[in-house]
Amino acid sequence: MANTTGPDYALEARGIGKQFGSFWAVKDVHLRIPRGSIHALIGPNGAGKTTCFNLLTKTLQPSTGQIILNGEDISGLRTSDVAKRGMVRSFQISAIFADMTVLENVRVALQSAHGRAFRFLSPISSIRGLDTRARELLADVGLADAETAKAADLSYGKKRALEIATTLALDPQVMLLDEPTAGMGHEDIEPITQLIRKVSAGRTIVIVEHNLSVVSTLSDRITVLQAGQVLMEGTYPEVSADERVIAAYMGGVEDAH
Amino acid sequence: MRIALILLGVAAALIAPFFVYPVLLMTILCFVVFATSFNLLLGYVGLLCFGQAMFLGLSAYVTGHILKTTDLSLEIAILAGALVSAVLGAFVGFVAVRRSGIQFAMITFAFAQFVYFLLLRSEFTGGENGMQGIPRSELFGIFDVSDTLTFYYVILGMTALAILLAYRVIHSPYGEILKAIRDNEPRVESLGFKPERFKILAMSISAGIAGFAGGMKAAVYGFATLTDVSWTVSGEVILMTLLGGLGTLTGPMVGAGIVIVMNDELAQFGEWALIAQGIILILVILFFRRGVVGEAGAFFRRRQARAKDAPAGKPREAE
Repeated sequence: MANTTGPDYALEARGIGKQFGSFWAVKDVHLRIPRGSIHALIGPNGAGKTTCFNLLTKTLQPSTGQIILNGEDISGLRTSDVAKRGMVRSFQISAIFADMTVLENVRVALQSAHGRAFRFLSPISSIRGLDTRARELLADVGLADAETAKAADLSYGKKRALEIATTLALDPQVMLLDEPTAGMGHEDIEPITQLIRKVSAGRTIVIVEHNLSVVSTLSDRITVLQAGQVLMEGTYPEVSADERVIAAYMGGVEDAH
Repeated sequence: MRIALILLGVAAALIAPFFVYPVLLMTILCFVVFATSFNLLLGYVGLLCFGQAMFLGLSAYVTGHILKTTDLSLEIAILAGALVSAVLGAFVGFVAVRRSGIQFAMITFAFAQFVYFLLLRSEFTGGENGMQGIPRSELFGIFDVSDTLTFYYVILGMTALAILLAYRVIHSPYGEILKAIRDNEPRVESLGFKPERFKILAMSISAGIAGFAGGMKAAVYGFATLTDVSWTVSGEVILMTLLGGLGTLTGPMVGAGIVIVMNDELAQFGEWALIAQGIILILVILFFRRGVVGEAGAFFRRRQARAKDAPAGKPREAE
């Protein structure tokens, strides 16, 4: 009874809720994300996906409930502490360091794992040792030839890839991706979907996504949110066939096909 | 190209006192250091401190007090002033750094006003009259620096040290994190860093460098006044930094030079000096966002880019 999480669930939400004023954006949400799976959070606009995501990543503090990462209660921790425990989030708007080069972007993340971040009297050359690893990570996401480019000058799809490389620099066990294909054209969506599939090996991934074809390609299980609460959970075929889900989307599911 | 410019700058600084009044030059150098400290915060961390003068002025009084009441040598008095300001900077940072934008600016402003009135009421500062008759002790306890020309080179050396320190911080592993915080703070936090700790340290380093400038200034003039702590000086350093070029190491130096010379030239016109400053600030914000150095850099980069594109364009024409 005391340890219901066990080692099988990487991430678990027990009745989490978030209240803004008198409004409950998310209420009594339970999630169990098995280790090594890709889990999607979907729902119509205003369903509380983003709030729920921000609670899981500790960007927002939950009003109620508990969040359990690898059996440890992280409800009271902040994002930076959670990152040190192996769970790293991405952002809807590409979270890159625009004025820095592509290589520097990844190296900043590597500094988090390797310390040395407070050395204000050492020259940059003291962290050149991290460049090798940074280049490996860039090669993994297909940015090997862009390391000296300014991050701001990358195309939208490549910014996403850079963000993923930066996240991977922390070698997270759990990755939370906030709408990784938001605002992308068709030509960019396919490579990013492939990339997420590739980096998911040996990791647990939670993804908030609007694009249902991406969701169907990637996810093992899907949780549908509506009005801040869990409407249902299941595989893509189960979810897409459910009448309540179709009603909630009011034809939105058809649009995606 | 860059090395040539630096050498040219150093050469100009070395021969300048034979052509320009050395005290004016030393004033410029003090403000070069002061503007560099401000730029470290606004240009590299994105923090607008609207109270930078408190670090300058407090250190000027502390340095002056030590020189007046003890036998300690000049550099120790200045470093002690800088240290006191660095501690104040860490404290202000601790309180203010969780806020950003205008809130951060207002909290630092409130602190600066508090320090102003504290110094006004304190016995040792001489209140309204300021602290007069600060002696210029020997450097390292042995070198006599009472001669103005000699002292110019001492101040020049101190300026170089302060700028090298700022350069080291900006181009350090820690500086990389600062720039990342400036670009995207939530992302830095999501990567496992606690941004406020980096900002508090940045406040302390910046305040320390500003304090170093204050100590230099007290030694140059032999007095310290409330003007150095006033909000107008906090505003002036913003003008210097924006005018010269935010986020460039040389920009604030150029900006400090321009503003000090302008104040000096326009002093005879009284209030008109302030009006001229205001007009220049408006023009810079409207037309030269990157400041003098920033715009010049952008101009050269555009020319280089054109020079590079031209040969590449030829094969296309041949087709």
